[in-house]
Parts: sequence; C-alpha cells; structure tokens
Amino acid sequence: MTDRLPGFSTLAVHAGAQPDPTTGARATPIYQTTSFVFNDADHAASLFGLQAFGNIYTRIGNPTNAVLEERVAALEGGTAALAVASGHAAQLVVLQQLLKPGDEIIAARKLYGGSINQFTHAFKAFGWNVAWADPDEVESFERAVTPHTKAIFIESIANPAGSITDIEAIAAVARKAGVPLIVDNTLASPYLIKPIDHGADIVVHSLTKFLGGHGNSLGGIIVDAGTFDWSKDNKYPMLSEPRPEYHGIRIQETFGNFAFAIACRVLGLRDLGPALSPFNAFMILTGIETLPLRMQKHCDNAKAVAEFLSTHPAVSAVNYAGLPGDRYNALQRKYAPKGAGAVFTFSLKGGYDAGVNLVSNLKLFSHLANVGDTRSLVIHPASTTHSQLDDAAKVKSGAAPEVVRLSIGIEDKEDLIADLDQALRA
Amino acid sequence: MNHDAYDDNYIRSILNNVKSIAMVGASPVNVRPSYFAFKYLAQRGYDMIPVNPGHVGKALMGKPFVASLADIDRPIDMIDIFRNSSHIMPVVEEALKLSPLPKVIWMQLGARDDAAAEKAEAAGLKVVMNRCPKIEYGRLSSEISWMGVNSRTLSSKRAPIPTQGMRLSLNRTSFGGGQTAASDRAAKNKTETT
Ligand SMILES: Cc1ncc(COP(=O)(O)O)c(C=O)c1O
Repeated sequence: MTDRLPGFSTLAVHAGAQPDPTTGARATPIYQTTSFVFNDADHAASLFGLQAFGNIYTRIGNPTNAVLEERVAALEGGTAALAVASGHAAQLVVLQQLLKPGDEIIAARKLYGGSINQFTHAFKAFGWNVAWADPDEVESFERAVTPHTKAIFIESIANPAGSITDIEAIAAVARKAGVPLIVDNTLASPYLIKPIDHGADIVVHSLTKFLGGHGNSLGGIIVDAGTFDWSKDNKYPMLSEPRPEYHGIRIQETFGNFAFAIACRVLGLRDLGPALSPFNAFMILTGIETLPLRMQKHCDNAKAVAEFLSTHPAVSAVNYAGLPGDRYNALQRKYAPKGAGAVFTFSLKGGYDAGVNLVSNLKLFSHLANVGDTRSLVIHPASTTHSQLDDAAKVKSGAAPEVVRLSIGIEDKEDLIADLDQALRA
Repeated sequence: MNHDAYDDNYIRSILNNVKSIAMVGASPVNVRPSYFAFKYLAQRGYDMIPVNPGHVGKALMGKPFVASLADIDRPIDMIDIFRNSSHIMPVVEEALKLSPLPKVIWMQLGARDDAAAEKAEAAGLKVVMNRCPKIEYGRLSSEISWMGVNSRTLSSKRAPIPTQGMRLSLNRTSFGGGQTAASDRAAKNKTETT
C-alpha cells in the first residue's frame, strides 16, 4: 500500500466519513441524540477522565459533528478540529484557552463588523483587551506587541472589502513574539487559501458561509495546526498546567500536537456550551462535498461582475483583488491564485442614497446580512453590519457610507450583471 | 532515518507486527499519560509489561510491575520509553543487552535522543521518537472515538466497532506524512535545558 496524497476534491467528499459501522449507511447519519450509553462503569470513568475518547453527551461531541471536524481538519491540513455553534462561538472558545483577564490580542482592523463588536465589547467585559493593527502595514502588528500579548488575529480575505492579508508576514511577527497566529479563513475557504501552509497556528471559520454554502445552517469550527508549543514559558496554563477539572492532567503533555483542539473541546465547549446541532453538521457536510465546484463558480462570477462594475458610469470604485489594477492583486496572485473570493465592495458616485436605492431596485440579489450563499446577496454595510462603528472606524474597516457589499452566488453571471445594470439605471 | 517526520507505513508496520510491549516508566497513577497509553494498548490486545522499579509488588491492569527489562520472563517486541529525553540512553543500553533483542525502541511524545536512536538502529532496531503509540494507533485505525482528529486516512469500507481486546485494522489508505513539528520543537527545547 502506497501513501498517496488525495486531491482537495476527494478529501471534500470523503475525509472523515466512513460507512456507518452498525448499518452500513453511506451518507453520514444524523445522530440526533443528546447522549450515549456507556459499556460499563469503567468505560464511563475512562471517558470522563479523558483516558479514552468516545461519545458522552452532544455538548462535548457527537459522531455526525466528528465527521465534519475531521473533514475540515483534512481540508485545512490541520491535526484536529472542533465544530461549534457559530463562527463567533469558535472565536470565543479559541480565546478562552489563550487569554486571562488583563491579557491582550492584536487584531487586524479589517475584520467582519460582528467580530469587531465581539472583541470591543463582549471580550473587553471579560478583561481581554484588543490592540488594533493595520493589515496593510505589517509593522503596526510588531509595534502592538507587549508582554501581555497572547495571540494575533487576522482574516485571510477580509470582510467586507475582500482585501487579502499578507499572512506570511504577520506569521513572522507572531513567531517572533512567541504567540500563535489565528486566521479567520471564512471568506477564502481552504479551497482558495490554506493558512496553515503560510504559518497560521489556528484556523477558525464561520461554517455559515462558503463551507456550508447554502445559507441554511449556522456553524463554526476551530482547526488546530499542531504547530505551536504551548508549554514554552508557561504562557498558556490552560494547556501546560495540570487541570484540576481532570484530576491534574496536562493537556499538551497528554495530547501532543492536537492538544489545542482537545483543550477547546474539554475546557471550552464543555464549559461554555455553544454546541453545534448534529442536523446543522449534516447540512454543512453536504455543502462541503461541492465546495470546490461552488467556490470556483463563485470566484469566476465575482470576477465577471467586478469587471462589469468597474466600467459602469454610476460606479466610482470597485475593490476586488481579482482585478489587475487592484492594490491587493499581487497578494491575491500569491495567496489565492484560483480566485479572489466572492465578497467585495464597490462605491457609488451617488453616495449613501444611491446605495440605499440600488439595494431596493435589485430583483435577483437578496438584501440581507450574510455572505457565502448559493444566491447573490447585497448589503449596505454603513447602515447595517458596520452601523455600530463611528464614521472613522467605518472608513478604516472598509465600510464608508457610499460603499455597497456584494456576495456573488452561483447563478448565471449574465443574469447577475443584467440585474445590477437595471438597478443602477433605475 | 529521518526522525522529524515518519511515513504512516513505517508506524503502521510497527504497530501491526509487535505483540509484546514493555513500558518503561509506566505509572499506576491514573492521570498520567503512561497509564492512559498502557490501558489503551492492553485493550487493543497487546501483551503489556509495566517496568518501574518504584512500583514492584503492584500491578497495572492485572500485570505485575517489574524493576527492569532484564527481569522480564519473555521476549519483548517493543520498548515504549516514558522517560525524559535525558533518561533515554541507559534504557536503550539495557535493551541492547537483551536476548533476543527487541525489534523496536519507541520514545514517547516529548522524548527524543538522537544518539540513543543511532545506537539502537546500528543494532538493527527500528526507532520512533516523540510519538505516542496510543495516538498513532487511534489515528491509523481511524477509531470512531477519536473525535475530530485528522486521521489522514480514507476508507469506503464499513468501520469496525471497537471492542475490548480487539485489534483494529490499521491498513487504510493514508495520505500525507506524519508531522508533529510543535512537539518536535518542544522535545528539542527540553533536551537543551535539561
Ligand atoms: C469573516 C467572518 N467571520 C466570522 C463571522 C461570524 O460567523 P457566525 O455568523 O457564524 O457567528 C462572519 C459572519 O458574517 C464572518 O463573515
């Protein structure tokens, strides 16, 4: 038997999913159950004591969710993964393992508006501080490092403007500071960018977007790259110190290069509780099987729409890294050569009001607060996702008043272009 | 032999072929990694022998502790060393005095001694460093209970249901090499500081 590396599409269909041991079912069954019986008292004790892994209770793990976890770990090239209820839950669970009150993370200023809110308000209330840095200026990350820094957080392709982050440059800053690099890979998906190959130690996703891909299920996931030494300098006691809740087990010593994923499960998910429904895991798994096909179509459509908009008289600017003149085009060709993703923004000469009019005149694009659906979506960030930010922060995060965000679906591109054209003329 | 990354087939052939495993540094304390690994491997059907001079007179899962490798009354296929990197060499030297010789020296996660590995390999033994046989077995068999771990294997055959004392098939299609960059780094750092 030779060890042969299967391609991405093969992994997208097969990784983690073996025919069911009891029934032979070929599709992954939905194990819609809260709990699982133990073989005997000794089995129960070993499961609770982390001496054996197995199913106990769906808040901690579920066989349907486990297939999803192994699938995404394989697609990202990580050692293990943990699925949770949403992208935001993934961010919460990751940082709970890394930060104590008074600690800091450095986060890219260009992030999904909801993440900016989560870091600024909810996390601040936990005593976790955030220092913002500019992903277009790597030195700003270096300058933000302090003795309290515990992690760096960036998006590979940033929401809403679709800008591409220089992951390797920021990974070098993280390595020098001795902290892990966390990459939110939601908008790229591993089909376009595999952050671990560029130095990420942890990858998070909102599965709600392109991985699930059909706008029907919320979900999130944490992928452990297996690259970070959590025991060095005792900076991460959740992983390196004896855990009182598990009779003194040290997580890294016991679980080696997938210790972070285990910590997220047995210390994070178990105690914080944002478990993913097995039904959602099934829907997302089904979506992932076609990820390579969908993602390429999303990108090809997005490029055609961006090209159309860039010559339209009502449009003053298009921010799409796939366009040759775009400031992120060189980074796109390096990190995401198959395509620049399907989420981008453009600016209207008519300002805020033109944005509001466009959204109401569109017939095929849906006006809603999501991205990464089969359907094409439109939103005006300044009045919705980014409305809590002040004007300066709006501009800095790429959501100025005249800006409209699109998430291009997998319809026929001619129909999308015709819809935009009629709405811009109306 | 490259000890930074092992081919899955190398690990697979070791776990498929060894039957008896002496675990040096086995602990009767049920929160130590050695205890987990001992119990797991015993339940997968390996003939396990706990070696630890501090616990002679006690037993681990019904198997009596012995003080040293020389005290074992039967041939040993593999020696699994649960000691820090700095305590590996004397164990390997003792192992090389056994007759018949063991076939495999395995050093646990976090443990690495390249000089000891070279010595064992020169005597014809296979060596694995900085890995856990429990983790590797669970990964290669894609045991259903290994939640969320990337087994780097694929199979379209019905999965077996693991039961006590049963050896699972490790012969699945594998993809990718075995990289544990972080733990390799950790082991090197520990060696430098001790
Ligand atoms: C880049 C990015 N990260 C995280 C999230 C949050 O994910 P969820 O809505 O699944 O909590 C979103 C949602 O829009 C997102 O676009």
